[in-house]
Amino acid sequence: MLSFAVLMIFASSLVFFIAGRAKAVQSVNGAYATLHSRPSYHGMYSSLWALLVGMLLLLVVSVVWSNLNDRVLMGAVLDAAPDISKIDAELVLSDAKSIAQGNIASKTDALRSTLAQQASAIEGQRLWGSVIISILGALFAGLLTNRQIDRDFRARNRSEKLVTGVLMVCAIIAILTTIGIVLSLIFETLRFFNQIEWQWWKFLFGTTWSPLSGVHDGVLDADKVGAAPLFVGTFMITIIAMIVAVPIGLFAAIYLSDFASPRVRLWAKPMLEILAGIPTVVYGFFAAITVAPYIRGFGESIGLSVASESALAAGVVMGIMIIPFISSLSDDVINAVPQSLRDGSYGLGATKAETIRQVVLPAALPGIVSAILLGVSRAVGETMIVVMAAGQGANLTANPLEAVTTVTVQIVMLITGDTEASTAAGPAFTLGFTLFCVTLGLNVIALKVVRKYREQYD
Amino acid sequence: MNMTNAAIAEKGVGALDVKISSKGVDVYYADNHAIKNVSLDVLDHTVTAFIGPSGCGKSTFLRCLNRMNDTIDICRVTGDILLDGDDIYAKSVDPVQLRAKVGIVFQKPNPFPKSIYDNVAYGPKIHGLVADKADLDEVVEKSLRRAAIWNEVKDRLDSPGTGLSGGQQQRLCIARAIATAPQVLLMDEPCSALDPIATAQIEELIDELRSNYSVVIVTHSMQQAARVSQKTAFFHLGEVVEYGDTNTLFTNPEDKRTQDYITGRFG
Ligand SMILES: Nc1ncnc2c1ncn2[C@@H]1O[C@H](COP(=O)(O)OP(=O)(O)OP(=O)(O)O)[C@@H](O)[C@H]1O
Ligand SMILES: [Mg+2]
Repeated sequence: MLSFAVLMIFASSLVFFIAGRAKAVQSVNGAYATLHSRPSYHGMYSSLWALLVGMLLLLVVSVVWSNLNDRVLMGAVLDAAPDISKIDAELVLSDAKSIAQGNIASKTDALRSTLAQQASAIEGQRLWGSVIISILGALFAGLLTNRQIDRDFRARNRSEKLVTGVLMVCAIIAILTTIGIVLSLIFETLRFFNQIEWQWWKFLFGTTWSPLSGVHDGVLDADKVGAAPLFVGTFMITIIAMIVAVPIGLFAAIYLSDFASPRVRLWAKPMLEILAGIPTVVYGFFAAITVAPYIRGFGESIGLSVASESALAAGVVMGIMIIPFISSLSDDVINAVPQSLRDGSYGLGATKAETIRQVVLPAALPGIVSAILLGVSRAVGETMIVVMAAGQGANLTANPLEAVTTVTVQIVMLITGDTEASTAAGPAFTLGFTLFCVTLGLNVIALKVVRKYREQYD
Repeated sequence: MNMTNAAIAEKGVGALDVKISSKGVDVYYADNHAIKNVSLDVLDHTVTAFIGPSGCGKSTFLRCLNRMNDTIDICRVTGDILLDGDDIYAKSVDPVQLRAKVGIVFQKPNPFPKSIYDNVAYGPKIHGLVADKADLDEVVEKSLRRAAIWNEVKDRLDSPGTGLSGGQQQRLCIARAIATAPQVLLMDEPCSALDPIATAQIEELIDELRSNYSVVIVTHSMQQAARVSQKTAFFHLGEVVEYGDTNTLFTNPEDKRTQDYITGRFG
């Protein structure tokens, strides 16, 4: 039904396009040059309006009407059973709707059946109503704009403005979503700090992480929300990952861009990019099942005790995961260094190595730095690998051979655990907010670095 | 220096040693036959000018003389080019060492994204031509002075070379090339972006370089070729139509095409 409306709106918009164009041509008897805007702009202006008005009406009317319907039905439920609890009332309502749509409800009784009839009746009204209103709206808008068309009508400027407006709305939606997410993070974080009586230092620097130990008594123990082990774990794994990823990724990029023959490059670069396409779960069990036991076996053979879940295993595998990001991005920026710079260096009798080290890499440095920082933010935010390979126990250690836990792992544990989401949300959101701040900080630094070198080089 | 100049004058242009000798050189860019059977000797202590209409292969031939065409994948060079009698395209020759001896200034200025100082110091540093910082400072200043840009940049040696104007960049690239003290200097339109004063200073430099080196210069200005060079080669559609003493070539060209070109009847 709704798709029929969408189709109709598109069709009418097309019709208005053709009609508008024809009318514009007609208004000057074919002497195009005297038109202010080309005929297709006239058509487009009219058709855009029809489309926009139709779609907006469809969306708004059907949503608002659906809310109204819910209210009516809720009223009916409360009339029939005045002392029903809110949750039960909602259950009845959703059952009635299921029956109305021919689905299976949790329970059927007289109240539900009568409600179902009512629901299907007013639901039908809603559908028809919103379809008719939106199509009429589209036609109305199209006709209205079609009437305006004449020789001097500034259709081009107006339709450009209209398009600008649509683009702006899209941008605003994206921005508002971001702001909304950040705000919800901030509010939950504040709520959490309120619960531990603003002893934020206990969160940042405390060393005991067991945030849910007091939930049964309904309290958060400020002494047990110390997230320092998590931060240290995240930091350690990130460092290990970057130790693996930066040299390998960078050298691979240099090889690809300056040493590999075009033929090698042709297949090597896609291969590297496939590495980037492997889902992180796969890396995760690769780390847990293959790498971690191997590291433990190797450690034991030289007399070290290695936990079966170790920061080292997770970090190394995460590093492998990040290699393609760094190599692919660095390869792009190294390639973007103009050949004339390399020629300049060769022309002075420099070797390939000297040229790369002293001319190409410095010129590509801003891009490389931002590639590395991008890799760091990925490492910090990476979840799957560490969930599987790094462990869950929050112990504070600087030994990469022991199990550590990370911020992301603990968020997963909190949200997927048995505890009710609303209770676990506080610590989880706070960890999330911390993570967000760190990543944001990294991005800001990356931008700063890039800009600094830009100033120096351009 | 005066001694050398006198010696040159005495010997006369014809009696000088051959520095670079090319025989039957062909260059292809994929299927494009850009240089056709060129044989031409560049003499020591001489300025040789390459003239000719745009796209006739002057830059291409110039780049062959220090194997800069190696960096272009699709480019293929055949024939013999000898530097001091040794084939520069022989397997045993290291292009890196060759380019240290045969320097080049490109048609388009290409300063490195480094400071002005580091741009000039680049060559002397990688070739270990200087013993210490004071030496390096001296080489840098001398090179910049000779390239007629010292006065403009002496107060901002630390600012990036890429921040200079087009003409300043061109002179910076000249300074960079002469700082490595090559035996042959190839200059591809070194004055294309320069004002008359800077042009005069660069021409002076070229003349001065002649006492120690051999210089090859590509130019679109007949006057410049006539002013600075002793030998001139006229390129046309990938061939060398005429090569000889500059005076003779400009006053009494043998070929009709040369005459048409230098009198401006075609371009
Ligand atoms: N890198 C390249 N790849 C392919 N073809 C090239 C390349 N460089 C030059 N050519 C071709 O070789 C021919 C000669 O070019 P070249 O640059 O030597 O001309 P030129 O005489 O220096 O011209 P100008 O005076 O405009 O600088 C031209 O036909 C050009 O298209
Ligand atoms: Mg050229």
